[in-house]
Amino acid sequence: MKKYIDTGKKDTRSGFGVGLLEAGRADSRVVALTADLKGSLKMDAFAAEFPERFIQCGIAEANMVGAAAGLAITGKVPFIGSFAEFVTGRVYDQVRQEVAYGKANVKIASSHAGVTLGEDGATHQTMEDLALMRALPDMVVINPCDFNQTKNATIAAAKYEGPVYLRFGRPNVPNFTPENEEFVIGKAQILNEGKDVTIVACGHLVWEALQAAEALEAEGICAEVINMATVKPLDEEALIASAAKTKAVVVAEEHNMAGGLGEAVAGALARALPTPVEFINGQDRFGQSGTPSALLAAYGLDAQHIAEAAKKVIERK
Amino acid sequence: MYSNDQLKEVSTQVRRDILRMVGIAKSGHPGGSMSSTDILTTLYFNEMKQDPATWTRDGKGQDMFILSAGHMTPVYYSVLARAGYFPVSELATFRSFGARLQGHPSIRKGLPGVFQASGSLGQGLSAAAGLALGKKLDKEDNFVYCLCGDGESEEGQIWEAGMFAVFHKLDNLIAMTDWNGKQIDGPVDQVAGEGDLAAKWEAWDWNVIVAEGHDFDSIKKAFELAKAGKGSGKPTMILFKTEMGHGVDFMAGTHKWHGSVPKPEQLEDALKQLGETSLGDF
Repeated sequence: MKKYIDTGKKDTRSGFGVGLLEAGRADSRVVALTADLKGSLKMDAFAAEFPERFIQCGIAEANMVGAAAGLAITGKVPFIGSFAEFVTGRVYDQVRQEVAYGKANVKIASSHAGVTLGEDGATHQTMEDLALMRALPDMVVINPCDFNQTKNATIAAAKYEGPVYLRFGRPNVPNFTPENEEFVIGKAQILNEGKDVTIVACGHLVWEALQAAEALEAEGICAEVINMATVKPLDEEALIASAAKTKAVVVAEEHNMAGGLGEAVAGALARALPTPVEFINGQDRFGQSGTPSALLAAYGLDAQHIAEAAKKVIERK
Repeated sequence: MYSNDQLKEVSTQVRRDILRMVGIAKSGHPGGSMSSTDILTTLYFNEMKQDPATWTRDGKGQDMFILSAGHMTPVYYSVLARAGYFPVSELATFRSFGARLQGHPSIRKGLPGVFQASGSLGQGLSAAAGLALGKKLDKEDNFVYCLCGDGESEEGQIWEAGMFAVFHKLDNLIAMTDWNGKQIDGPVDQVAGEGDLAAKWEAWDWNVIVAEGHDFDSIKKAFELAKAGKGSGKPTMILFKTEMGHGVDFMAGTHKWHGSVPKPEQLEDALKQLGETSLGDF
């Protein structure tokens, strides 16, 4: 299978920080807001270079969402940054009314998503945010896989006209996509071509899916790996073309079952091409404290579980 | 500039519009609409630098207004129509299927004059603060106005916006509260114990003005004082003392007309009390 090289583990949130700075340099309309999490969101470089365009909101996320909508109406391109739970669940009504229904050109920068936030535990580890954001009409939902792709997705989000939910995380994870590859919203990437099973993944689990594909190859199974970084709108064409070929699908995400990528994929397949699907996700659970790798294993989200699910779904063909 | 007599005539017509709109729609919120009528009439006809002919949603080069208490669409739509944003005949479509005049303000139907969706209470002041900050960043010297309800001010987000506007020195933001003392479930002091709004906004370090919301001299003076606050680095809150249902005896001063609609005979009585104007009904 195609080899992917980890060029050095980096956190996806730092990819956002670099992308934000580049977007800010390219477009003076870009402004950044945070609710007392400038450092956690890696906004320091942007704030240092563009102090007037960095807007500290204090620990008041609801107001931050509304203020960003107002800024967007006047023509700015605001990125609002906080932990994933606090820019979705905590402010769901504000995001719905002001950003989605209000068609405000706001980019929601959502860090520390999923169980890989680690030691802080369940209060801060949302496994429900993709569902909340997918449910909103006109909201684009992106969950890139590594540092480079998060940087490039941030630049793409700044150029896109309309609300975007951009989800990334805290832990250092392998960085393996090209440094300056243009991110095309709504376009899936076929990372490895295969014929026996399709593994669709987003976010941190894309690397796990590649590791699973390598393990499967050693057992003579040829897995197709799709990086579905744009969760909404879903690239149904790429999905269906792959499912038509492999006739078996695994979906892997660092999110619970309800409303996540798995249900999006299953829904698309049910409509166009009914296909057996196995799901790798947090099921219907809250997270807990632990190291990111321990939590990935405990919640069944690592390469080993993905490989097992692939073998299981192949048997269901 | 409109004289007090001219403003009075517009306000009377707007109150007629409000009652006829909710009468036709058989739903809507006349009480707060009638308490804030004189404020919004003065704002649109005397105060705001705005031009319906060149209106765009980004508000470039114009003053902007956000109705945070979004349920007061009857007064908002009537004032916008009377100010020339869209034909007054369209007021008859209020709340009907396919109408640009949605139950609460929407930007999705292309209604000119509306900058942002509102209606989920407590959120408009944040949006207005964002508009004001946007104008500051663009070095525009226009004002941003925002009307809140006193009941609405029970929402915590109003106070988040209060902190934000002071911290970012938004002295181009003029917020107003329709201080009618009533909300759906009853008098504000019996529903939530909001207390003295003036003391609260002063404690929040805003420039606070208390005015009589049915006295055109007092309203004009309040706006003058508010605009003079530019350069102080402080946002302004004008607390307009008003009466819910003002202008019609059986509707005045009670929370019961917050979201209730007069019956046909009550509507007839109310319109008779208000009297006709030279502007004419829609």
